[in-house]
Amino acid sequence: MMRYLAPLVVFAIMIPVFMVGLKRDPTMLPSPFLDKPAPEFELPKLKDLSQTVSNKDYAGQVALVNVWATWCVGCRQEHEFLIRLSQENPLPIYGLNWRDRREDGLAWLQQLGDPYVASGYDADGRAGIDWGVYGAPETFLISKDGRVLYKHLGPLNRVIWEREFVPKIAADHGATP
Amino acid sequence: MIPEIGHFALILALSLAVCQGVLPLIGAYRNDAAMMSVARPAALGQLVFVMISFGCLTWSFLQSDFSVLYVANHSQLALPTIYKISAVWGAHEGSLLLWVLLLAGWTVAVSRYSSDLPDSFAARVIGVLGLLSCGFLLFTLLTSNPFERLIPAPMDGADLNPLLQDPGLAIHPPILYAGYVGFSVAFAFAIAAMLAGNLDQAWARWTRPWTTWAWLFLTIGIALGSWWAYYELGWGGWWFWDPVENASFMPWLAGTALIHSLAVTEKRGLFKSWTLLLAITAFSLSLLGTFLVRSGILISVHAFATDPGRGLFILGFLGVTIGGALTLYAWRAPGLDSDAGFRGFSRETFLLLNNVLLVIATALILAGTLAPLIVEVFEAGKISVGPPWFEIAFAIPMLPLVLLIGVGMHTAWRSQAFKPLFDQLKFPALFAIVAGILIPIVAYGRFGLLLSVGVTAGIWIMVVSLIHPVRSWRRAPGTPGMTRGVLGMSVAHFGVGMFVIGVTIVSAFTEEIDISVRQGESVSVAGYDFELRSLRNVEGPNYQAVEGEIDIRKDGEFVGQLRPQKRTYLVQQSPMTEAGIEASWNRDLFVALGDPLGNDAWSLRVQYKPMIRFIWMGAFVMALGGMIAASDRRYRLTAKAKEKATRLSGEPA
Repeated sequence: MMRYLAPLVVFAIMIPVFMVGLKRDPTMLPSPFLDKPAPEFELPKLKDLSQTVSNKDYAGQVALVNVWATWCVGCRQEHEFLIRLSQENPLPIYGLNWRDRREDGLAWLQQLGDPYVASGYDADGRAGIDWGVYGAPETFLISKDGRVLYKHLGPLNRVIWEREFVPKIAADHGATP
Repeated sequence: MIPEIGHFALILALSLAVCQGVLPLIGAYRNDAAMMSVARPAALGQLVFVMISFGCLTWSFLQSDFSVLYVANHSQLALPTIYKISAVWGAHEGSLLLWVLLLAGWTVAVSRYSSDLPDSFAARVIGVLGLLSCGFLLFTLLTSNPFERLIPAPMDGADLNPLLQDPGLAIHPPILYAGYVGFSVAFAFAIAAMLAGNLDQAWARWTRPWTTWAWLFLTIGIALGSWWAYYELGWGGWWFWDPVENASFMPWLAGTALIHSLAVTEKRGLFKSWTLLLAITAFSLSLLGTFLVRSGILISVHAFATDPGRGLFILGFLGVTIGGALTLYAWRAPGLDSDAGFRGFSRETFLLLNNVLLVIATALILAGTLAPLIVEVFEAGKISVGPPWFEIAFAIPMLPLVLLIGVGMHTAWRSQAFKPLFDQLKFPALFAIVAGILIPIVAYGRFGLLLSVGVTAGIWIMVVSLIHPVRSWRRAPGTPGMTRGVLGMSVAHFGVGMFVIGVTIVSAFTEEIDISVRQGESVSVAGYDFELRSLRNVEGPNYQAVEGEIDIRKDGEFVGQLRPQKRTYLVQQSPMTEAGIEASWNRDLFVALGDPLGNDAWSLRVQYKPMIRFIWMGAFVMALGGMIAASDRRYRLTAKAKEKATRLSGEPA
């Protein structure tokens, strides 16, 4: 008898997991760090492991922290926009190469162009955990005083940039640091 | 006015779906012929009204009626007509409408070709499909009405996502959905059998062709999606283990297991409760896929508009449908299993192994897809599961499976003596091993253990798949040839072999280079010379592009010319890479234009992809095999026999 009930039991266990998953809808839930100081990090630079990149590098500036990985299709999709953005250069873009193989990451930047001032190499995803990264790509907008102004999940594009980021950057520039 | 007609037609379709879902089921329970006879006309009426609704939405797109919110968000005046049509299912609301349309279509097909089913059984099947349709129509009308107005209407629309403006993706969703939805027929057959408390071999014979049709649509749909990702994402990969891809792949694996387990149930009357469970599982995974994609609980490039309200509705629907089905299963399945046994070495054993391995693969992919969610729910931090995990998790059950296919398909039912089977297969096995070692060395100049195992497995399946057809072709005159069922199986397995070879070779011998070139310069990859002859600006209907003209030569011989583009879609200002591909049966030459690097130099990505066509051709051959098997005459025999009997008995008095 038990073996005929087992599928129902397994399914019954899954339902509450989905319920909680729904409530935690990451696209609805703002980053827990929103308007709070962004987590600190210090990581080896992807391009030169002997150097490090940390949140001090962009202290006092409005900056973008972009979480990317070569296995992530969304990152591929947004990459060309990031390149364009880095050419227009409204603010420095820092990368967080997340859960990736270093040689893949290096090849990617060489092939597709490097929009980042520097990319931190987060092979085991520890910095990603500190930052509450749910999945790549994710993009954090950091204020001059180091707070998370906005977090975008999924690929960036021009429309999202103009609508969500530009007003917040302008507001932060208006505020006294 | 037209959108309102569409909306009302959808409401009428819902009313008919309620009739179709409730009355025949009560009728079958009470043995009331009048109530059961509602099933077929209600199903037909529902299809008519859903078609009207679908037609109205298509009309709104063709007319660029931007006072309809959905049209305004997903179309634009300058959008080419074909994409105005495909934009109908380019986002959430419309793809649901497509889902409902296909479900109504499958239902009418079932009601048309079910004349030899017992009346009460047909009534139950159509009734269950009607209830499913109620759920989806309610979902559409309550949370995702595609006809919602936007007043005042904007002057122009926001355009269709440029990623979706592609012929491959225009036809990918309808075919994929036809597969998803098709499993609802197997599901309805399973529920009907459990409601009736009766499952015999005839049941399996009725269910098989429907399941095979659903499976082959899903196969083609997934292959088209993979092909699209290959040339449109501009990356050259063909499978990303993205949650949405997994959502389509899991029902495919479960459906493949179902097809094989149905064979045992039909031929030997075994595995009955297991077959029922697989029928429920295949459809549940289709629903789960929908849930995961629509609710936004897993992020993906494919994700449509996400909305927790919708997620909650689907979750409720999932709970009722799957929970109800599994409850019925726990109650009724114990009485259905028969005691007939089989020997350790027989076709049954191999099909059992097939099922176990396929279910393990499905479970591993499901675990990988849901792991980030589960870990987060239990507040154990956050994890991500990437392609490396899936590749290993998938290869472990699949490698033994592909090796066993070749033995299993030549093993007899009930009991097989070892010696004759060994004699029959020893030469194909030897041939496959030798070819598996030699082909990589001779054709590509390299040896590798896994590589040879992969090629051997592929060749092995292809060679042994030829045994039945060759034997049938060389048979003595007057003896019966093989049935379409056997031919279909051979063809489908041959396709599996092609697929395995394609995957193995392409992952071992892909060559790629990213390089900066100026006009007139060339680059050499895998013996082919690619010369960037010129660059020019091109105007598309709704995009601007830079187009490169690249000549390919091999040893000075002209091979072909490619025109890869770098497009910028005007409304959404999003850049897109349109790769140039020189395709041939044994290799693709893939060129994608990167970015301007200054000084007239452009970055160029050039790839040599040997045997990549075998991946998709293999999938299409599998689908073809399914089509041949589903057209086997034994599925039509009963109807014909009945016809003959009527004719012989002469004119009715």
